Amino acid sequence: MWLVVLRRLGLGVITLWVVSVLVFVGTEILPGDVAEAILGQSATPEAVAAIRDQLHLDRPALVRYVGWLTNLLRGDLGMSLAANMEISEMISGRLKNTLVLAGLTAALAVPLALGMGLAAAMFPGGRVDRLVTVSTLFLLSVPEFFIAATLVLIFAVHLQWLPAITYSTEYESIGQMARSLALPILTLTTSVVAHMARMTRAAIINVMTSPYIEMAILKGVPRGRIVLRHALLNAIGPVVNVVALNLAYLVSGVVIVETVFAYPGLAKLMVDAVTRRDMPLVQACAMIFCSAYILFILVADVLAILANPRLRHPK
Amino acid sequence: MSENSNDATQEIGLAAADARPLFQLSLMGKVGVGILGFWILVALVGPFLAPYDPADFVSDDSFGPMDATYWLGTDYIGRDILSRVLYGARLTMSLSFMATVLAFLVGIGFGFTAALAGPRTDMVISRIYDAFLSMPTIMLGLLVIAALGSSIPVLVITAGLIYSCGLYRIARALAVDIKVMDFVEAARARGERLPWIITREILPNAVVPLVSEFGLRLVFSILFISGLSFLGLGVQPPTADWGVMVRENLGGLVYGSSAAFVPAAAIASLTVGINLIVDDFSAQRGQEIAEEMI
Amino acid sequence: MQPLLRVENLRVEARVGPKRYAPIVKDVSFAIAPGEVLALIGESGSGKTTIALAALGYSRPGCRIASGRIFLEETDVLSMDRESLRKLRGGRISYLAQSAAATFNPALTIGEQVTESAVLHGIMDREAADARAVDLYRRLDLPGADSLGRRYPHQVSGGQLQRLMAAMALCSSPDLMVLDEPTTALDVTTQIEVLGAFKEIIRDQGTAAIYVTHDLAVVAQIADRILVLRGGDVMEMGDTGQIVTNPAHQYTRKLMAATRPPPRVTGDAAAAEEAVQQEPPVIQVKDLTAGYGRITNGKAAATVLWDVDTEVKKRSVLGVIGESGCGKSTLARVVAGLLPAASGEVWLDDHILAGGVADRSLEELQRVQIVFQMADVALNPRQRIGDILGRPLELYHGLKGAQRDKRVAELLAMVELPGSFSSRYPEELSGGQKQRINLARALGANPEIILADEVTSALDTIVGAAVIELLEGLRERLGVSYMFISHDLSTVASFADRIMVLYAGRVVEDGSTDDILALPSHPYTQLLLSSVPELRQGWLEDVTQSRAALAGIAREVELTEVGCPFYPRCPIAIDGVCDTTPAPYREPVPGHRIACHREIAELTEFEREG
Repeated sequence: MWLVVLRRLGLGVITLWVVSVLVFVGTEILPGDVAEAILGQSATPEAVAAIRDQLHLDRPALVRYVGWLTNLLRGDLGMSLAANMEISEMISGRLKNTLVLAGLTAALAVPLALGMGLAAAMFPGGRVDRLVTVSTLFLLSVPEFFIAATLVLIFAVHLQWLPAITYSTEYESIGQMARSLALPILTLTTSVVAHMARMTRAAIINVMTSPYIEMAILKGVPRGRIVLRHALLNAIGPVVNVVALNLAYLVSGVVIVETVFAYPGLAKLMVDAVTRRDMPLVQACAMIFCSAYILFILVADVLAILANPRLRHPK
Repeated sequence: MSENSNDATQEIGLAAADARPLFQLSLMGKVGVGILGFWILVALVGPFLAPYDPADFVSDDSFGPMDATYWLGTDYIGRDILSRVLYGARLTMSLSFMATVLAFLVGIGFGFTAALAGPRTDMVISRIYDAFLSMPTIMLGLLVIAALGSSIPVLVITAGLIYSCGLYRIARALAVDIKVMDFVEAARARGERLPWIITREILPNAVVPLVSEFGLRLVFSILFISGLSFLGLGVQPPTADWGVMVRENLGGLVYGSSAAFVPAAAIASLTVGINLIVDDFSAQRGQEIAEEMI
Repeated sequence: MQPLLRVENLRVEARVGPKRYAPIVKDVSFAIAPGEVLALIGESGSGKTTIALAALGYSRPGCRIASGRIFLEETDVLSMDRESLRKLRGGRISYLAQSAAATFNPALTIGEQVTESAVLHGIMDREAADARAVDLYRRLDLPGADSLGRRYPHQVSGGQLQRLMAAMALCSSPDLMVLDEPTTALDVTTQIEVLGAFKEIIRDQGTAAIYVTHDLAVVAQIADRILVLRGGDVMEMGDTGQIVTNPAHQYTRKLMAATRPPPRVTGDAAAAEEAVQQEPPVIQVKDLTAGYGRITNGKAAATVLWDVDTEVKKRSVLGVIGESGCGKSTLARVVAGLLPAASGEVWLDDHILAGGVADRSLEELQRVQIVFQMADVALNPRQRIGDILGRPLELYHGLKGAQRDKRVAELLAMVELPGSFSSRYPEELSGGQKQRINLARALGANPEIILADEVTSALDTIVGAAVIELLEGLRERLGVSYMFISHDLSTVASFADRIMVLYAGRVVEDGSTDDILALPSHPYTQLLLSSVPELRQGWLEDVTQSRAALAGIAREVELTEVGCPFYPRCPIAIDGVCDTTPAPYREPVPGHRIACHREIAELTEFEREG
């Protein structure tokens, strides 16, 4: 079994490496001259030369790639073109904010989703199930800015309970932090809960159609035990997988929420970088996001391997 | 269903084998069809029905209220929201449709090739797609736009290629499943060549599962393009795109203006409508749409 | 004595449309005495499983128990509330499913699952249940009884899982056990042992049983009384002895005839052999070694067939018999060109056939046709029957339009199906009908030989027997040869002129049907012959004793490159010889080969004694 785990880890490392190549290539395929493209209209000869120099554009791509990669591995994320600051400095604060938001959302969303999925799967076709199915379908389909806008309209404008945007991330008290983060967390929770609850429900119902479940019924095993002991264990794989995907999303994909609520997180940083064509910053953010994504999936896969009795106890 | 309370169908609630024909939809599915039909209609004839030109500054009021003259109010610089929504429908639907068709052609093309052309080709293509699947979609989109700028062709092609990834996996899995069926073996044993096998044996059996995929990708494309427009990286103003409209009017939200809400609601209704149909369709076949939503 | 179970006027319906139900069990009544074994016999659709499940108060999703009463002693099962019914299941009545996959949850230990019901229903506490489980494992001859409970299902072999299913059903000491085709999916040689084990333990524990099966011969060994079902109705009911020797109902007779068709022995082996030798061979297989995976040095990564030599003459039927894993289907695929050989040749008439379909000429492909086992998946669900049958006509004979349609109608008539079928889709046809279409498609090519790969194995007995009749009729009319592959010895013996016995990828014996069924034979052939239950009571007891001398316990076949593959199980194996060198072919009479290190005289003597 450990061999399988090791192989999976190795695959993760290789994928990460391939992704780094893709990210690098992706940001180097600017049409025309790289420096001019970055500067756009403010492309004076001196500015172009300065950018050229800063990005070492005189060197061949492969050399630049290796240099970039080795720096990354050493923790040196490079310099931002627009802000002229060390990227690591710019990112650290933002990363903390993003992780705080992601962490709090996950703490709320994951148990809620698992509970909803389980409740729905217990009595398929029943009232709880129909409620869960319809509401999650709706939440899954709508754009995040719609949910955000709705929540802002209700809670910030009409009820005036919560602030519409994040004014600062310096919190004086837990209460203040809670009020400040409430709407972003709520918005994010609605979309990830929908996805996770649906998958949990589907995974359990899928297992419930296995033939050995009918056998359990014929043995007189009570419904609760069938779902919680017989079915759940076999449903771990897909459930862990969807939780991991959503955690990865919370870290790397929450651009819209950060924009609507003006939350100073990592995703917003990347969007700004893209707008300003600040290539080094774009590359750094992309690598962080991809690494997080790959890491979460890796953990999910390893957990699924560990949970599989065929691999835990080989013949 | 049964007078006997010991009916196993109630025992554990597993759905009884329904004899519903394939294209019969439940109530929710029908609602979805209604919504989609409505928007298709709007996309086709909307611009002819719009009371004002979407670019005209028709009112001095920004964030004007919804009244008899301006049914959905005015936006942040005094343009008629209703007209902009009507024009925007056409843009949204055509862009996402083109992106989805592209995703289909690319994803299915590669998927079938990987499944049928032999293990080496399969490995190469799968590895490439795996790498792309290890990157979050919005981020991938941002990456491309950082490099190539946000023109409409870039948007459509990017969305198409990104969403071809999921389709690739599904098409490949379908082809692999079908390829091992005995009727394909029988065709091989007869001496049929590959093109015949693909078009006459495999494809007809793959159509139905792929129909719901089309709907799903359509929704993704809509959300992707409008999401990018919302961030300012998609369709550029002053074009009347729903995502752009949300962005432009976001400021009015704190003052109680619904100007940002209206285009957002338009997008929401469209995507919900399509997903209602897709969900109904896939539920009938025992599938779960959340599985595809990576 | 008061009966243990009484079923009165049971009626079960299945849902065929919104608010529409059709009966699948019409009006069935019977009773079972304590400790008695009642068999429910019937083909698919007879309702046998439905009735058996009803005894537990259960109906499958989509079905409902419409009316009738079921009494377990004094308890009215069908009017129990949900909770009491749940306690009944796994308690006083237990169920034994058809396969291990349908029984065991791969994520839980064996011990937990075996003792689950007994503990949950409060029949005994955890320790007592564990102890009882271990006791049952011992009685069922399971090795390592003490540690079995801690293992997971995937760590235990298939045959052992079957017995564990029995342990699970008996752990709570039920009054009644429902066995749902428990040996149907097993190889013949395994089936015998498992049957014996079940019979013994049922008697030992004094449990009553309902035994559901389609095989009359199996049931004759284990049941006290038999109930014959068809289409939800009772055809006949009576004591086993009476039914087996003198069945009253015509349907029962038909079933019996189909179960054990008479072997095709001419009585005059020499003359039959002569007649066959006259004909030229259609297909010849020479030194064929084949398998799956990369081919290097004349061997495949996973070699399945070794040095196979055989031929099929014109107008004759070669039966290929062997159990799962012996490579018989692989042989068919190699001959058909679907799988390349690692070494050796396949000849059609006078020239060698290319290894792959892509390299063969259209004419070669047309002359050799293959028919698969699972008719369901052998027909494209999205094509109409007319198009399915028309394709080979277009491809091989260039027929189009009206000519094509005419020929399609002829083909349908040839397989005894109505012409109207050509506009239907496969899903509208029954299993037997689909298999006939499969056959018709092969016939459309006008082949010289048809490779029939387990074509009746997935069909009901009577339906399958009808298909064999059809094959025979076509042989006579069209002069087509067959390579008839099957695991069912009695079917093969009733249809084939010559038989080839495969074990672990090697030909251990081949010869005319007469020769194969008589002595001397290869020890494996002997084992096979003695594993096929005869339609009489007491056969199981008779055979168990002599079989003990014949071979070790049925084990999973091990493929070896070296020596005789039967060595691990052979009662007369010679250590140092049989495990190191491949067995030479002996010929007791011309045309009959046995692969054995022993001399024919030794073999004959050993087998006569057993």
